[in-house]
Amino acid sequence: MDVKRRDFLRIAGLGAGLGIGGQAVWEVVKGDDVLASTHREKTEGKRWAMVVETAKCRAHDCTDCITICHKIHNVPHFDDPKREVKWIWRQGFEGAFPDQFNEFLDEDITGGSVPLMCNHCDNPGCVKVCPTGATFKREDGIVVIDMHRCIGCRYCMAGCPYGSRSFNWQDPRKGLDRIDPEYPTRTKGVVEKCTFCSERLAVGKLPACVEACPYKALTFGDLADKGSDVRKALKGVYAIRRKQSLGLGPSIFYIV
Amino acid sequence: MYDAGKVIVGIVLFIGVATAPLWYDTIAGKSAQAPKLAKAADGPCVEPKEWMRANHMELLDHWRDAVVREGEKDYKSSTGKTWEDMKLTGTCLKCHDKARFCDKCHDYEGVKPYCWDCHVVPKKEVR
Amino acid sequence: MLEKALTGGKRYWTWLAVVVAVIVIGLVAYLYQLREGLGITGMSRDVTWGFYIAQFTFMVGVAASAVMVVLPYYLHNFKAFGKITILGEFLAISSVIMCMLFIFVDMGQPARVFNVLLHPTLHSMMFWDMMSLGGYLFLNILISRVVFSAEAKGIAPPKWIKPIIILSIPWAVSIHTVTAFLYSGLSARPFWMTAILAPRFLASAFAAGPSILILLCLLVRKVSRFDPGDKAIRKLSEIVAYAMAVNFFFVLLELFTGLYSGIPQHIEHFHYLFLGIGSATGLVPWAWSSSILMVVALVMLLLPKVRTNLRILPWICVMVVLGLWIDKGIDLIVTGFVPSPVGTVTEYSPTAPELLITLGVYAIGALIITVLYKIGIAVREAEAA
Repeated sequence: MDVKRRDFLRIAGLGAGLGIGGQAVWEVVKGDDVLASTHREKTEGKRWAMVVETAKCRAHDCTDCITICHKIHNVPHFDDPKREVKWIWRQGFEGAFPDQFNEFLDEDITGGSVPLMCNHCDNPGCVKVCPTGATFKREDGIVVIDMHRCIGCRYCMAGCPYGSRSFNWQDPRKGLDRIDPEYPTRTKGVVEKCTFCSERLAVGKLPACVEACPYKALTFGDLADKGSDVRKALKGVYAIRRKQSLGLGPSIFYIV
Repeated sequence: MYDAGKVIVGIVLFIGVATAPLWYDTIAGKSAQAPKLAKAADGPCVEPKEWMRANHMELLDHWRDAVVREGEKDYKSSTGKTWEDMKLTGTCLKCHDKARFCDKCHDYEGVKPYCWDCHVVPKKEVR
Repeated sequence: MLEKALTGGKRYWTWLAVVVAVIVIGLVAYLYQLREGLGITGMSRDVTWGFYIAQFTFMVGVAASAVMVVLPYYLHNFKAFGKITILGEFLAISSVIMCMLFIFVDMGQPARVFNVLLHPTLHSMMFWDMMSLGGYLFLNILISRVVFSAEAKGIAPPKWIKPIIILSIPWAVSIHTVTAFLYSGLSARPFWMTAILAPRFLASAFAAGPSILILLCLLVRKVSRFDPGDKAIRKLSEIVAYAMAVNFFFVLLELFTGLYSGIPQHIEHFHYLFLGIGSATGLVPWAWSSSILMVVALVMLLLPKVRTNLRILPWICVMVVLGLWIDKGIDLIVTGFVPSPVGTVTEYSPTAPELLITLGVYAIGALIITVLYKIGIAVREAEAA
């Protein structure tokens, strides 16, 4: 029973915040080396990633990945786009890849749309700005939000260049026809986004979108493992990442 | 003291108004009755009953950090037993019924934990 | 000393009643927001910060600008400011409290706001902003209290307060710098990601803040027997003139770099602000009216004959405050979000409850400054008598 010890650590953390120095400072200084880090997490990965074969998505006007994701995670639906909450969505080429777009690109490439979601960046802009540590990067590379700690300041939304985050402008249960009892909903006033299905990874399952895709357009795996499905999928193809020049190291690869 | 009479009358009036609910309940015969909690379906609890009564929120606080932030799953109890899937819906509600256990005390004490804003009471009601 | 705020004429009490009424209305609107969530505002998935954060940004500037009376008085021994440093510090106190309230009403989960202190996250600029604002509030309360109570007793303030006053000068600069860092460090928002943001914030703050102070001085002179003095007011107008000129220069630097370099992700925000994108032209009239107000005010400030005319000066100050308020309190924040990272153009305008809550916060600031000024004036009047 180390509840008391935790409280002590929290107080120590507060001390660090007041300038006595300590672990938090160290975290800023040392940086992160994902590939070298050990992991306590029950999932096997060291840096989870996804590869999207965009040709398959462009060829089919399919939303199966979105439907299953939003269903099992109790993502609410609101008609007003201003109040929208989404974990994964379809976006045209120009919106998804403004840096790669040009007007002479083949319609084959720029037509249709591709699935967008949280990029689970190696160096996430949202984690850097979060004032409470509510959003953080796990040792397996997944960027998650601690819903208990989020104060709803939406700084992470300003800090994300991919538009991957949604805020609960109202009680999300108002936008749910049915609630899946296997997964919690969120409350009003917190930010949410894709979690790479960490709850499924923990029991050895693939993310729901990957499993649901009827065309096998999505491949999931560990970038740190040379033999993983994602590393194989990246062999011999040209894959791009969104806004790569910003240096955040997104973990979703798009084969064009 | 200036206006001593007025001040004293004011203080007496204030105390009277502030304690009105107590008087009201006493007169109406509805004074404090300890809530009767439903028995757990299975036992024993993860920690001794008395400790849980005082510290269950601290424990849940500790669990949610351990699960969400540290990626831990199992809880090693002071009783020596290890519990899998330490979480409100995974552990507590396996044995306890929310309406007949949690709510009873919370309503009585007038506390409104926000757990249920997000967490869903498992479908299969236990007793 | 607070008892001095409890005596006053009919005008004083009427004003306080109006202010309290606005606070109550704002509070009711806030309770509505607390129940329903931030969906009652005009903010959206694309424009995630709006009026509240913009007002916060503007008021941090006003708070920081107190340094513009403290610095000339304590570092350059400019005696004419001796009587009004306290007015600047009181303005800073009420402004910082307003800043904190604007942040607070913007929180989705206000009950958890202390998580910022419970889980200090040193790599977040918001943590540092909270630290610097809190520290600045503490410094100003301490300084004004110590200096003023000494003065009321007719004795010299204790020596130990001087280094603390000196410390408050860089601290004032820090609060607005860190506030600029909130925005300028975000690679996700090219419109804000410019090194000139912090200097620009300071320059515009040192124009808007002293302008407000001039207006307050003129008001104080009108409603009481305390006269801050023509010399102090004219000096303030000179500060406003310099700050406006510097701010204007900084804005031109920003426009040149942004537009001449021609990077689309940078230009499209300016395009939205000044010309609109398609039918989305919500900010265009604001952008141009702000620019015109600022240019006209700057020209008038640069002409000594006009600037020193105390009949015209208040109008110049109104133009400066209005122009800069539109710039920081409307344009700057919203434009950073339009277009969105995926190129969507979502416009923003505040809703009625959002405006009422904002007004309520301003009213709380007005209440604080009224009470503080009332005390200050009472002491000054007693000295004059």
